[in-house]
Parts: sequence; structure tokens; C-alpha cells
Amino acid sequence: MDIDEQPQPTVLKSMEDKLRSNLKIEFLEFIDTSGNCGSSYSVTIVSGDFKGKMTLGRHKLVNQILSDEIAQLHAFSQKTLTPEQWEKEKKN
Amino acid sequence: MSFARTGLRTLRSLPSAQVYRSSNILNQRRLISDEARKLIDNAVQSNPLVVFMKGTPEAPQCGFSRAVCQILDVQGVPREKIVSYNCLEDQELRSAIKEYSEWPTIPQVYIKGEFVGGCDIVLGMHQSGELENLLIKEGLAPPLPEAEPASKA
Repeated sequence: MDIDEQPQPTVLKSMEDKLRSNLKIEFLEFIDTSGNCGSSYSVTIVSGDFKGKMTLGRHKLVNQILSDEIAQLHAFSQKTLTPEQWEKEKKN
Repeated sequence: MSFARTGLRTLRSLPSAQVYRSSNILNQRRLISDEARKLIDNAVQSNPLVVFMKGTPEAPQCGFSRAVCQILDVQGVPREKIVSYNCLEDQELRSAIKEYSEWPTIPQVYIKGEFVGGCDIVLGMHQSGELENLLIKEGLAPPLPEAEPASKA
């Protein structure tokens, strides 16, 4: 089988799929911070699953879910909010 | 000598890609787990503030590492209190620290032997005032001066 014939899922799609299947997502946004090279991303995740977790814990959870993808990226940064925090931020 | 020759004969019978990958990864894991782990452990336990970064505080080699150093500077942490390790100079450290912290990116900040976070977290804590409190509490930043009256009647 010629490997070029199969459509390769992008890292971005893979990250989105994994997050949506592992977390209850209210809002999800990826920003390519590598000038559209697909090598660095900044993600904003709003999820009720973050409730009760400190920032470090939330980031570790995301790191765990996306460990394969992050290992392929040059840089990765994240913003993790609960739906309540997200509402508050939108008002400011 | 003959053992090595026998070993080679066995290795050669396996598909080469598989052999390279498995032996390389095993070697890497073993190295990271022993010496490097002890070194990192010692570094974070004996210094109240340790930053694993790309470059040095004087010459950061990455935007996120630079941001962390700038934040520490703005918080009033004297340069001599920052113990920094340049992960670009040492490839083994670069992968070892990721395994040690179970954290995939660099920079990484340790305060009093505890992993605090990377650039995002440090920036967030700086904005919320949490970082200032922590640095002052651990004697890494000078306490805030008493507020002076803006003008005297």
C-alpha cells in the first residue's frame, strides 16, 4: 500500500478529537503560533471537567490526553478554564 | 569479544528499524532513569529556585524561557538566587527533565523542590499575584515596602 495514498490525519485534528472524546468541552480553540507551520499551538479549553482542579492539575490532564501530539510539536501552550471562569472573562 | 559477535548475529536477524528503535529507547530510558534523575533531584532539592530553560537568563534562546526570566526579574528576584540549567547545551538533560517532571515542555520552574509550572502557569500566577506571594514567602523576592503616603499636606 502506497503510504501517500492514505489521508494523513493532521496533528491538529488528532488533538481536537482526543480532547473532545476525553473532556466535556464547552469551547475549544487552537491558534497556530508558528506562522501557519503547524509546529506550535496555543489552545484555549473551556470544560466543566476542570472544576475543582488547580491550574497545574488541569494542564497535566491535558498534557496526558495529548502526550503523543505534544511530543511532535515544537511548542505548546494552554489556557484552561471552567465554564464559569470563561463567562467572567468574556464580560471583561 | 565473541559474545559481541554472537549478539550482532542475533540482532542482524531482526528487521533493522525495529532493532534500532527498541535498543535505543531502552538505553535512553535506563540513562534517564538513573544518573540524570539523581542529578535533577539534587539540583531542585538543594536550591530554592531552579529554572530549566533554553539558553540562560542573560541570553534566553526561546520566547517562553525569556518570558519566565523577565517575570522573575520584574518580581524582584535577584539574579544570584536563580539557578538555571540550559537544556539546549545538554540533550540528555533536555529529555530527562521532561521525564522527571512528567511535563512535556521547557521552561520548567521549581520552587523549594516542587514543580510550579511552565511559562503559562508562571505568567498566570504573576498576573494573579500568587507568584509574588510565593516568592516573598520563600525569601526569593524582597518583601513589599510599606506604602508611603503619596503626598503630605
